[in-house]
Amino acid sequence: MNNLLWLIPVLPFAGFLILALAGKHLSRVWVALIGAGSVSLSAIIVPIIGIGFLSHPPATGNYSQTLWTWMQVGDFNPKITLFLDALSLVFVFVITFIGALIHIYSAGFMASDKDYSRFFACMNLFVFSMLLLVLADNLLLLYLGWEGVGLCSYLLIGFWYENPVNGYAARKAFIITRIGDTAMAIGLFVIFYQFGTLAIPDILTKAPVLWHQGASIATITALLLLAGGVGKSAQLPLQTWLPDAMAGPSPVSALIHAATMVTAGVYLISRMHIIFQLSPIAQMIVAVIGAATLFIAGFSALTQYDIKRVLAYSTISQIGYMFLALGVGAWAAAIFHFMIHAFFKALLFLAAGAVIEALHHEHNIFKMGGLKNKLPVIFWTFLIGSASLAALPLISAGFYSKDQILWYAWAAEGGNPLLWFIGLLGAFITAVYTTRMMILVFWGEAKTEIGHRPGKLMTVPLIVLAFFSLFAGFIELPHNFGHFRLFSDLLQQVLPETILKAGMNTELQFQILALLSTLGGIYLAYVFYYKQPQRIEKLKQSRFVMNLYLFWFSGWGFDKLYNTLIVKPIVFMANVNKNDVVDKLYQGVTFITIRLYQSLSFTQSGSLRWYIMGLVIGAIIILSMQIML
Amino acid sequence: MKSSIEIVMLLAGLLFVLGIAGVIIRKNIIFMLLSVEVMLNASGLAFVAAGSRWAQPDGQVMFIFILAMAAAEVSIGLALILQIYHQHKSLDIDKLKEMKG
Repeated sequence: MNNLLWLIPVLPFAGFLILALAGKHLSRVWVALIGAGSVSLSAIIVPIIGIGFLSHPPATGNYSQTLWTWMQVGDFNPKITLFLDALSLVFVFVITFIGALIHIYSAGFMASDKDYSRFFACMNLFVFSMLLLVLADNLLLLYLGWEGVGLCSYLLIGFWYENPVNGYAARKAFIITRIGDTAMAIGLFVIFYQFGTLAIPDILTKAPVLWHQGASIATITALLLLAGGVGKSAQLPLQTWLPDAMAGPSPVSALIHAATMVTAGVYLISRMHIIFQLSPIAQMIVAVIGAATLFIAGFSALTQYDIKRVLAYSTISQIGYMFLALGVGAWAAAIFHFMIHAFFKALLFLAAGAVIEALHHEHNIFKMGGLKNKLPVIFWTFLIGSASLAALPLISAGFYSKDQILWYAWAAEGGNPLLWFIGLLGAFITAVYTTRMMILVFWGEAKTEIGHRPGKLMTVPLIVLAFFSLFAGFIELPHNFGHFRLFSDLLQQVLPETILKAGMNTELQFQILALLSTLGGIYLAYVFYYKQPQRIEKLKQSRFVMNLYLFWFSGWGFDKLYNTLIVKPIVFMANVNKNDVVDKLYQGVTFITIRLYQSLSFTQSGSLRWYIMGLVIGAIIILSMQIML
Repeated sequence: MKSSIEIVMLLAGLLFVLGIAGVIIRKNIIFMLLSVEVMLNASGLAFVAAGSRWAQPDGQVMFIFILAMAAAEVSIGLALILQIYHQHKSLDIDKLKEMKG
């Protein structure tokens, strides 16, 4: 099965090439068939390889397939090598499976768009880049996929380019992620300088030998890689691009900004986990960034009225959980949450897209309502997705993954009570804003008439995703509750086991607290938005609450802060320099030259007599000087 | 011998100054050209005198050079003067100031 590996990324790339080169001449049916078909074929190949991998685990723990040598410069010869181990298998599975469902959904969602083939070409290129990122065996190839993902997100966020706002959002996403990418590139330079190679397996074996525990070079490298991850994964302080990135079509939000691309940072950190383990400080920073992000984004999600922005902030917040888990050393838990999150967040975005389309492109949740009976399929799938997001106990997959992270945030070696408390508070807020969104969209009276209902192409992917959002959690059950560890046993081949602190055996108390916080959040939102909406009005009369609301609504003022700190000074300098300050020096030189020429030009009288006089006088002066000296 | 070279040099200097004065004072270009010739001959005289004083052939060699150069100069100069006269119908140097500025 090993030899099929190359087909996984190549199929979407072939789809991209066909659609990009000949897309204009193909009929819509063919465009959809090629676009969705290429990714679906990859999604079929992945389980075939995966079953082979699981039933006959290779002796080395991974499949690797070298296609060709990329370039050869002295000792530096990065190869185009695909590398599949348990960690990349999980990522490849999620990318192709969810990617295929989203492509199928898009075939229905984008049916009336005039740029049908361009859309599918970009989506295919995105899936290709992401697959390259997770299958790369060296960091250079990973970086190629990493940048490809950034490019595609730019192309797809600005897909409806006629509206300048969308172009602005696309540029914002591109530039902000570029900050992280630059740091990551420097990190790669450091790694190459230290180890003389960029091959990931070599780095991971050499790092513990060459660097001692807590070495400052390990911290620097880890922090540079973290900066790259923070940019792509929209974590503090580079999180501001993600809410604006919702300018793209809903399937784009589902594919890029929820399920796959933003988790590239999670992948990078878990792939390079040995370097992070060498530096406890860097790992602590990962955890703190995760905790701070999930907290901040949770409160922002609470105040948004655009349904997609609520989901965008919840994505930032959920990835914060993954970073928290990575930071405390709960590697498998982070990847588990990544997978579950990919299912339910893709589901929520797709369902939100269906709602938006059914309501004539209405994004405001306060203008929705009463959709419970009108769009039953969407309602049920959205409900399942929300339950998973809010981590509704026992029945939803999100509960199993998030509960694990919360437990490890305290109990794992790198955990502490404060991180756990912020995580718990985040879970509470998640429950509140999820319930708020559900109530406002599906209950209450209808405020907008629905247009056309979503077709089969759109509802079937929703149902499949809903199934996984409910049941995918059962492959990994808590220690005191079934103790079923299919997922973490698989990842144990790659990632180290989570080490617990001594004397931590009371997981049940933590689960009950997590359960109470979720139920409490749901109840609070139920009271405020369903039972007694007048309470909200009363709260809004207070000036403090209103200011806080606006503060949270603006994403804790980060946009404003960056605007004042970075954008405005640069614009100011650009304005100052509009007339080229440096050029003034050279203009001065020409000015002096012109002046001198003007003042000396009278000597060019044209009169031959004067010239001869000049010659004679000059000769006399030189001769007399000769005589006198 | 010693006194005669001083006299010849004095004569050459006199001729040279006469030539310069002619170039400066004269209005007609032909006379200016003549004056330049006088200056050339003055320098030639100085070379010949110096050559005979130190009994070296170099002085006479230089005079032959100057003679050849003077011939070339006169032919080109006269051709230019002819052209100037064709175009401006005048040989007055004070009226020919087109190169001003």
